[in-house]
Amino acid sequence: MNLESKVPDGPLEQKWEKHLNDIKLVAPNNKRKHNVIVVGTGLAGGAAAASLAELGYNVTSFCIQDSARRAHSIAAQGGINAAKNYPNDGDTIWRLFYDTIKGGDYRSRESNTYRLAQISNEIIDQAVAQGVPFAREYGGLLANRSFGGAQVSRTFYARGQTGQQLLLGAYQAMMRQTNNGNIDLHTRHEMLDLVTIDGKARGIITRDLVSGEIKRWMADAVVLCTGGYGNVFYLSTNAKNSNVTAAWRCHKRGAGFANPCYVQIHPTCIPVSGDYQSKLTLMSESLRNDGRVWVPKDKDDDRHPNDIPEEERYYYLEEKYPAFGNLVPRDVASRNAKIVSDEGMGVGPTGKAVYLDFRDAIEREGEKAISEKYGNLFDMYENITGDNPYEQPMRIFPAVHYTMGGLWVDYNLMSNIPGLFVAGEANFSDHGANRLGASALMQGLSDGYFIIPYTIGNYIADAELDGDVDTKHKAFDEAAENAQSHIDKLLGVQGDKSVVEFHRELGKIMWDKVGIARNEEGLKKAIEEIQALRDEFWQNVRVPGEAANYNKYLEFAGRVADFLELGELMAKDALHRDESAGCHLREEHQTEEGEALRNDEDYSYVATWEYQGVNGQLQEKLNKENLEFEFVELKQRSYK
Amino acid sequence: MIMADTFTIYLKIWRQKGPNQSGKLVDYTLDTVNEHMSFLEMLDVLNEQIMQEDGDPIEFDYDCREGICGSCDLMIDGRAHGPKAMTCSCQLHMRNYKDGDTITVEPFRAKAFPVIKDLVVDRSAFDRIIEAGGYVSVKTGAAPDANAILVDKEDADTAFDYATCIGCGACVAACPNSSASLFTGAKLAHLNRMPQGEPERHERTAAMVEQMEEEGFGDCSNFAECEAVCPKGISISAIAEMRRNYMKAALAGDGA
Repeated sequence: MNLESKVPDGPLEQKWEKHLNDIKLVAPNNKRKHNVIVVGTGLAGGAAAASLAELGYNVTSFCIQDSARRAHSIAAQGGINAAKNYPNDGDTIWRLFYDTIKGGDYRSRESNTYRLAQISNEIIDQAVAQGVPFAREYGGLLANRSFGGAQVSRTFYARGQTGQQLLLGAYQAMMRQTNNGNIDLHTRHEMLDLVTIDGKARGIITRDLVSGEIKRWMADAVVLCTGGYGNVFYLSTNAKNSNVTAAWRCHKRGAGFANPCYVQIHPTCIPVSGDYQSKLTLMSESLRNDGRVWVPKDKDDDRHPNDIPEEERYYYLEEKYPAFGNLVPRDVASRNAKIVSDEGMGVGPTGKAVYLDFRDAIEREGEKAISEKYGNLFDMYENITGDNPYEQPMRIFPAVHYTMGGLWVDYNLMSNIPGLFVAGEANFSDHGANRLGASALMQGLSDGYFIIPYTIGNYIADAELDGDVDTKHKAFDEAAENAQSHIDKLLGVQGDKSVVEFHRELGKIMWDKVGIARNEEGLKKAIEEIQALRDEFWQNVRVPGEAANYNKYLEFAGRVADFLELGELMAKDALHRDESAGCHLREEHQTEEGEALRNDEDYSYVATWEYQGVNGQLQEKLNKENLEFEFVELKQRSYK
Repeated sequence: MIMADTFTIYLKIWRQKGPNQSGKLVDYTLDTVNEHMSFLEMLDVLNEQIMQEDGDPIEFDYDCREGICGSCDLMIDGRAHGPKAMTCSCQLHMRNYKDGDTITVEPFRAKAFPVIKDLVVDRSAFDRIIEAGGYVSVKTGAAPDANAILVDKEDADTAFDYATCIGCGACVAACPNSSASLFTGAKLAHLNRMPQGEPERHERTAAMVEQMEEEGFGDCSNFAECEAVCPKGISISAIAEMRRNYMKAALAGDGA
């Protein structure tokens, strides 16, 4: 597998500009002769489709939702980072870069992360020009706030709906190009396979989710913007339809899957209430600014939290991390919630929750002040749980939120399959082993608006594609038959266990053994259990209805089949990475304070897996891209 | 795991095999409901029960299940998104019901929202209204520094209130005329109010209003049912503003 990063030479701050000077261009009148497929319409996909169409390419765009506006980027709450330094608090591109690479525990590619910080400012300019209603100061200038992991105020926001407003900006730009005839948009279409000809990506196979029809689409390049794979855990903060299928099927066609074990678990979510639960709801981590996290010291204490006296409460974050207290980074907060609940001190009907208590903040500042800060979150909590957080502590627990791993890409965001580009959460490139808050929106839009539109031209200018190929080519036949036979196979099992039951069982294995904390024994066990569950799936899954109709459980069945393979790869990757880094905590490798202990000597690389088949077990070959740090010094993270 | 007490709900749910087939309400009984379930989780559990008995599960649209994507669209006891104000179908919880209640569930109905299957409807008409003009014509890379454009805080806040529309279609489903005026008006009130949107105000208003009519949505007769069911609480002032701007556009010779 060729993992040449193609990072340009020269000083860090000049690499991107040098690259822009050097890359090839496609002449304006030639662009319309080139077709580009963009899969997914979130921040990365919407921005890429709009920008490519504006440049003159013929763009064909696909999404699984009934409208391009509904991609899951819409749910992002907090904000988007940029190094504008409008508050004059000393922010620079270097600082944003450094915070991001340190936050990722030095497991991302230096040059990509630096470019992300450089582009951050243009994103804000672009979004404002589109009419995105960011928060403003009274003088009419943009407002900023601070966010986890940073000592400056660099986060731009639109109340708690920043993702929605940025996505609608990209969606509207896309619809403008649809109106001009430059984008051919297909909603309710799911990508089921990648078509490669002469080793290059030349098209995709989709299923029309309304009619069930299998369709073929040809292009000169394919851009995959299909998001993350957090739903392998069944319960996560992702939308119900978020899935790994498009990326996984590209992986099975030869695209390397990088660092699959890097999963971010968000500390402040509403806990699970029962087996019927379908998703987890995130509560903004800003709550930790005023809420105190605790559990009862006595694990058999079943009193109402308000009746437990002060000296019988264990404020574990404040005790263990006196400097940061309740404001430790996401991974540390999540890990400690798991530790106390594993020790039997968890609260609520399931024991899988801890208290987040606003009693002292309300006493100090008054109910009105707290309501002004968090009123909408308190209402949301009460709506879901039926409990009033002004009167008793909230119950919270960590939940899977974001996946830093994804398909391997080079500096041009192209995978190891020429012509297959990957952008946004679907690629692995910028966040290393842990993503900082307000960085996901930045990366999706940076990839889509400002990187892909240039690097695709560089590829197309040189690609020498066979002009005689059409969708009757045998590679299209083979891929279309492959997609259809996979569906027929799912419907043919006719077993008696539902897709949801399999998914839930997979999620439990992943959460228990490939979740917040991992160890060798558990990971080995997880691999065996996933293999057994996958075998059982193909013998006993019940998929209702028919192929040629709207059939949501058939869609799910295909996605769960892929999760059952991906889950094994994640466990394999976590097992092979015999160190801790960021969100990947191997219990065997911790500092005395319980922090992730890296092993830079042996593991400073991107683990890129090459699919070789499934035969009872998943066969994958490990390839390494060594990470070289020319400009930053690797340090132990400390938040004590 | 200790479970909350379960109770029984009787359901009448619209079943329709396809766009050209006739549909009907079908009765179901679910006796494993608990107060912590969301309305959609209750339907998930019902679907598991239906599939256990080899039936065809009920199709309905959903995605984020936290009230922001706008996918879910259920008419619950004759009210778009059900009995709770400012709440999407996915955010409605079963604690709002009690043992023995009967609930009727139907799709969002409108001529411009044809049924695809069961409770799933085609809302692509909304996309075509945005396509007609719901944007600022700016290319990637052509933007000035973000703080070069001052926006009055009050305008930005009001624009945001209108921009929170999630495009679910409750306004259309609730309107006796199946008008899309609140949806269209909300996008216009967002963009027309911002300095970035000002230059195209007339063309945008004319194009979107005309597309709305072309899609087969009805006129607005000021019933205000739309505002009452809107899960984001968008004000019908948007509609008055749209009308004023449409008149101005007509006088200026743009469209109409």
